[in-house]
Amino acid sequence: MVQTTNMTSLASGQNPVQRFFAQVPLLGFLLGMLACVLIEKLIGEGLAGLLGLSQMPVLFGLVTIFKVIAGGVNTIFKDAAFEPASLMNIPRALVYFGLVYLLPMTLVAKYSAGAANRIAYGLQRSSVLLSVLVHLAILYAVLHLWGTMSDYRVITLKLMLVAVLLTLSLNIINGYMGEFSCSHPGFMAIGAYMSSVFTVGLFVDDKVLGAAKMGFSLAYLTFPLALIFGGLVAAFCALIVAIPSFKTRGDYLAIISLAFLFIVKSFFENVQALGGARGISGHPDWASLPVIFCTVVLGIWAINNFVTSTMGKALNAVRDDESAAEAMTVDTRKTKMIAFLFGAFWAGMAGGLLAHVLRYVNPAMFGIQKLAEVLAMVYFGGLNSVVGSIVGAVSISLLGEALRPLEIFKWIVIPLLLILVMIYRPTGLIAFREFDVRKILQPKGSRGEEV
Amino acid sequence: MTFNFIMQNLVNALQWGSFYALIALGYSMVYSILMLFNFAHGDIFMVGAYIGLFIATGLIALFGAGAGAALPGWVLLVITILASMMLTALVGVIVERVGYRPLRDAPRASAAITGLMIGIILETSNILFLGGQRLKFPSLIESHTYNLGGVFITNKKIMIVLVSLSLMIALHQFVTRSKWGMAMRAMAYDFVVVPLVGVPINTIAAMTFAIGSALAAAAGILFGLAYPVLDPYMGVSLGWKAFVAAILGGRGSILGACIAGFMLGFIEIMTIPAIQIVNRLFALNIGSNLRDLIAYSIVLLILIFRPHGLFGEVYSAKLRL
Repeated sequence: MVQTTNMTSLASGQNPVQRFFAQVPLLGFLLGMLACVLIEKLIGEGLAGLLGLSQMPVLFGLVTIFKVIAGGVNTIFKDAAFEPASLMNIPRALVYFGLVYLLPMTLVAKYSAGAANRIAYGLQRSSVLLSVLVHLAILYAVLHLWGTMSDYRVITLKLMLVAVLLTLSLNIINGYMGEFSCSHPGFMAIGAYMSSVFTVGLFVDDKVLGAAKMGFSLAYLTFPLALIFGGLVAAFCALIVAIPSFKTRGDYLAIISLAFLFIVKSFFENVQALGGARGISGHPDWASLPVIFCTVVLGIWAINNFVTSTMGKALNAVRDDESAAEAMTVDTRKTKMIAFLFGAFWAGMAGGLLAHVLRYVNPAMFGIQKLAEVLAMVYFGGLNSVVGSIVGAVSISLLGEALRPLEIFKWIVIPLLLILVMIYRPTGLIAFREFDVRKILQPKGSRGEEV
Repeated sequence: MTFNFIMQNLVNALQWGSFYALIALGYSMVYSILMLFNFAHGDIFMVGAYIGLFIATGLIALFGAGAGAALPGWVLLVITILASMMLTALVGVIVERVGYRPLRDAPRASAAITGLMIGIILETSNILFLGGQRLKFPSLIESHTYNLGGVFITNKKIMIVLVSLSLMIALHQFVTRSKWGMAMRAMAYDFVVVPLVGVPINTIAAMTFAIGSALAAAAGILFGLAYPVLDPYMGVSLGWKAFVAAILGGRGSILGACIAGFMLGFIEIMTIPAIQIVNRLFALNIGSNLRDLIAYSIVLLILIFRPHGLFGEVYSAKLRL
């Protein structure tokens, strides 16, 4: 008897929430999310009006709640008048969240579990690729529907996806290879500038880069080329950091990469042909949500394959003990070189995307502040883990947006949170975990166990 | 554009380098004991400058300034420096207690992140409580300019260089002569065994942070005297550059940090006349704001050829990372 309880609790987890959703596969959750966004699309506006909210909550009601808290904080610190009526917005936002997100999510996920398991089982049996594509399609549909409800959501989503790519690319070097590289904003800057030179220089009339060299209606099809060009140049410049890394490790490499960051920033500040400190603006609006989504998915796929390959194992070996790795016939130079170039390539891609999302680029974007932001995402999410990077980037960007009403207090809350994470989980929330697509997508429950 | 011009820049470089050297000492000392870099140090420098500002303003309100003052300006300056060194040392101890002690066994990168975040919190609190506008540092002593054969030297410049040099010598004496200094050196030599023979690791770590922060506060006040406009982000650029100097000198080496601090100051200041000379010789038009680029390229080259810094020991490849 005791053994059976143990078995079930092991199988389904101790947490009551986990136990409740134990039979639900990822597909079920995705369907639940789809239901949420559909409901919000249909009745969100009306429900918000009915509850007495002035507008539809943009970020799950978080912004609404923090706006009220910010009002309270301002009363204490700035002697602003506090409106007790605004307190009612907290229960309103909570009710909205419950009705639009929590309830449909729970119900659909729980009660579609059987069907979702069967579908997931069928998909997985026919081909994993098909299964992945179906899941991604639903995820994209969810993001797209959620995003089309306001421009603010679209830009938040875009920046979040770019942050995911950037965090992953830094995790290759800082997490998997175990170096403390500070050069990532530099790689980003190179990618951003080079892709801007490609797109703005060739296809747009611009004050800095001159008149358009060519123009045809399908010019946006060259956007991937521009991104890849930016990534390749960034990877080439990464040689400046990669070659010293053969001899130096740890702090000295950190300084070399920091010096690299300062050099790149100073270079772009001073080259008047690239706009100097003002930078380049007027990018074509090519970085739409589907483009970014596809690039980021491609990036996650490539990076995950890279870190789970033999090369990824070699990276971990170099991190844990370089001499031992060398003795076990790991070519440490080649490994370091490839890791730096690969990480820089994806950082450059992310930079190119960022430049086209914001539609301007200037050297001030890529300073120490950016470095602190990316490092925070990597170490918050977890080292040596693809899921961790995704979680870190998404949660830090969402948190940053949700805390926006707190204005300056945001920069006390987020650092405090990070310090707490560092104290209680020094390697981050989800560190050292493998990202196995098959395992994530597999059906759960009775049908799944038969397989 | 002659000898005088070079000498003038040399004097400026000496002043600029002393800020770097004083801040770099803090990084270097903490590193030698705890094997980690205190990334909040640049912001502790900022906090020190602000504490100095308040003490100086308060003292001027109490005793008056200028000719009719109850106490001469240099007495006020000494009081300001000593008091803010003590208060900032307290800030450093708190930072160590809150941010670094819980993370002593964690990976070093985690401690680095904590340091960065404490830095952000210090900057934000400054903006929060002081409104984020730039404040003017009161001029405690009157400025005199001496003309030494075409080279202009102010009494402030002389004082800044002298005070920082004497602080460095005092630190050196403390570390080499006193019992606490011996404990510090022992701890730097072996982090694991020395606590076993009765050296209190927590006290030594706190003391290291206190001394480093006190030096940063002194640097902050001297900086405020030379460039009397303070803003909340003043610690960011200066702090990171001093960090570069600390590494360049060889981690954990006090002498190295001083020399590298002055050297970085020289490189940064001297690139401008160097660019001018090159421009004149070859009729080029290189902008003088390429300073950072050239300075860091030199740093990069030095580290490529001396991967362990100027005075650093060659460590084994395996680090506590």
